[in-house]
Amino acid sequence: MTPASDAVLRVEHLTMRFGGLIAVRDLSFTAGRSEITALIGPNGAGKTTVFNCITGFYQPTEGRLALHHGDRAVWEEIEALTDRGDRSVRRPDGALFLLERLPDYLITRQAKVARTFQNIRLFPGMSVFENLLVAQHNPLMVASGFTFLGVFWPSAYGRAEKAAVEKARMWLDKIGLTPRADDPAGELPYGDQRRLEIVRAMCTDPVLLCLDEPAAGLNPRESTELNQLLLSIRDEHATSILLIEHDMTVVMEISDHVIVLDYGTKISDGTPDHVRNDASVIAAYLGVEDEEVAQAEAEVGLSP
Amino acid sequence: MVAEPPASKPHVDVVRAIKDAALAGLLAVGLFLPLIGFQTVTNIRNELELDTRWPLLAWFVAIVAGGRLLYSLALAPWLARRAGKAPSPRVAAFAASFSRRFTPFALAFVVLYPILVILFVGLGGAVKWIDNFGIQILIYVMLGWGLNIVVGLAGLLDLGYVAFYAVGAYSYALLAKTFGFSFWLLLPLAGTLAAFWGILLGFPVLRLRGDYLAIVTLAFGEIVRLILINWVPVTNGYAGISGIPRPTFLGIPFNASDEGFAATFGLEFTPVHRTIFLYYVIVGLALLTAYVTVRLRRLPVGRAWEALREDEIACRALGINTTNVKLTAFAMGGMFAGFAGSFFAARQGFISPESFTFLESATILSIVVLGGMGSQIGVAIAAIAMIGGTEILRELDFLKEVFGSDFDPTQYRMLLFGLAMVLIMIWKPRGLIATREPSAVFERRRTISVDLVKEGRG
Repeated sequence: MTPASDAVLRVEHLTMRFGGLIAVRDLSFTAGRSEITALIGPNGAGKTTVFNCITGFYQPTEGRLALHHGDRAVWEEIEALTDRGDRSVRRPDGALFLLERLPDYLITRQAKVARTFQNIRLFPGMSVFENLLVAQHNPLMVASGFTFLGVFWPSAYGRAEKAAVEKARMWLDKIGLTPRADDPAGELPYGDQRRLEIVRAMCTDPVLLCLDEPAAGLNPRESTELNQLLLSIRDEHATSILLIEHDMTVVMEISDHVIVLDYGTKISDGTPDHVRNDASVIAAYLGVEDEEVAQAEAEVGLSP
Repeated sequence: MVAEPPASKPHVDVVRAIKDAALAGLLAVGLFLPLIGFQTVTNIRNELELDTRWPLLAWFVAIVAGGRLLYSLALAPWLARRAGKAPSPRVAAFAASFSRRFTPFALAFVVLYPILVILFVGLGGAVKWIDNFGIQILIYVMLGWGLNIVVGLAGLLDLGYVAFYAVGAYSYALLAKTFGFSFWLLLPLAGTLAAFWGILLGFPVLRLRGDYLAIVTLAFGEIVRLILINWVPVTNGYAGISGIPRPTFLGIPFNASDEGFAATFGLEFTPVHRTIFLYYVIVGLALLTAYVTVRLRRLPVGRAWEALREDEIACRALGINTTNVKLTAFAMGGMFAGFAGSFFAARQGFISPESFTFLESATILSIVVLGGMGSQIGVAIAAIAMIGGTEILRELDFLKEVFGSDFDPTQYRMLLFGLAMVLIMIWKPRGLIATREPSAVFERRRTISVDLVKEGRG
């Protein structure tokens, strides 16, 4: 378990209700700084709903989602911030954001949480390079003097754009897509599209990167490449990763911390080894032994 | 030894071709009988009488059947032969060099057009050619480029674009008549007002997408037109506003007085001077629109428009405020329509709500769709074809010799419009220019096929 002060994200008592359906019930967990945290669970367990709450696509029914940058001392202000009704504390040495109070685009722009999607959402008709430039929209917008400077003084903007081009080049080199930079993103093979979506999210300079099933549909070789990419993101870029994954080899190999959901509640939380041997996890995935069923039925008076 | 017939030569079945042609002719009879065969005429006692036009109907049916026969006997085999062959390298090289040099050539032609017209038809007929063809087409090119920002780049289907054109026109007309401000002061002001109305429209429609957005923008266009009709104290209703001040050349008016343009420069007075001046003003405005659009596409805001068209949810996940992106698209599109509107009012000297009907919106939208959404050159070509085409119908007097003296080619405008649309749907479903130029190049320039590009869901 991560000590609370070393967390980058703290989810407390998160509940998400859609009409009568409770997709997530009173969920609390933390994602550690510079760690890979995996969120696993059977289909329909509420994993993507948790993601949508964190990234602002859903407004949680109840609960607090706190994200933290920089100096750990900022964590101490969380209660004061909650009571004040504000959205964030921002100091030169660190910041604290209450994600449930921010609109989705500010969660990426200010709180620096980036995400990918279960079914890839690239801009298929734009080139690979353009995809990475769109991700740097906010710094480029400032560099273009909110468009006015860019229209009337193209050369100044051209210089400002260089940094963005270099960042795009760095990420393209990392995933080996530099030769295809000018090709439309929709023409790339599936595995490349997955990795492009991840580096596009990284171009927003996130503190927390949320990946929704990054290994879905990848072959074993692509899966290994993905693991290396994620480990290098964690180690070289000071970005913490929260991922949803069904592929247990990926989860067990790279995760530092695993959280298991079932029917919207947390059933296990710990290191990969701890989770692997947890009886409730095994029960959720594989079902329980026959004797246990008989015993339970006897308890409620169902047995013959 | 019997020589094998060359495999590439397709078989031409004459009997089938004639059957096809007969069927097409029959269809044409059914279709044109009510449209062309019958005509109602008012006789001398003011009664409606049914008149028939059998010869004209026969002409139309013959054209359709003959065209179909020609297609199956000659055109279809020729197309089939061509499809088998790769284009020769010389043709490909010519096409490449043509597309590379097209823009400078087109620009030079646009700048020299009035001179060419005067050289060919003389000063007397020049006004018609410069005004009806040059200025009229360029207004629509500019409107097409403006709407292209909203529909082509940002993917927001706007069926009420003419509202901003009307805002620009009435802003100029009312402010110039009431306060006597000059054209050059009111031009940016009219653009700003139209952009403001663009934002005003943008707010309520932010949450709407696709068809729903189209319906609301359509209603917006109608609301503006109805206000212009009913707010009689200000807009003078159906009667419109006349006597709108005309633009001057650095304060020198274009008239026959001693202070007029002709007298000042020691020329003989002719109305062509004003027409040529207006022509260059609209050339300048259209080029400004093109330049700003090209610049904006390469700036983050333009790239965000295109990203919005491709995938709005992904935009939000990348920290882009899609509200601002939509509003800037509506504002920029509205601004250029406002410029065009104030120019229109200054050129006509008279405006009324008649000029701002839904049909205008539909014409501008079809220019954008025909040209290929997002393509500037495509939009310009489509505007020339559509507006130039309808103007040229007025010039086709020789058709009267063929079809009889009461044949009026301009009445077939909508028919030709529809025909052009059907042809484009068949051959170029995504518009004349079906490629997208990336807004930024990493190492080598490469166009993107429109098949990959999303049309936008609003």
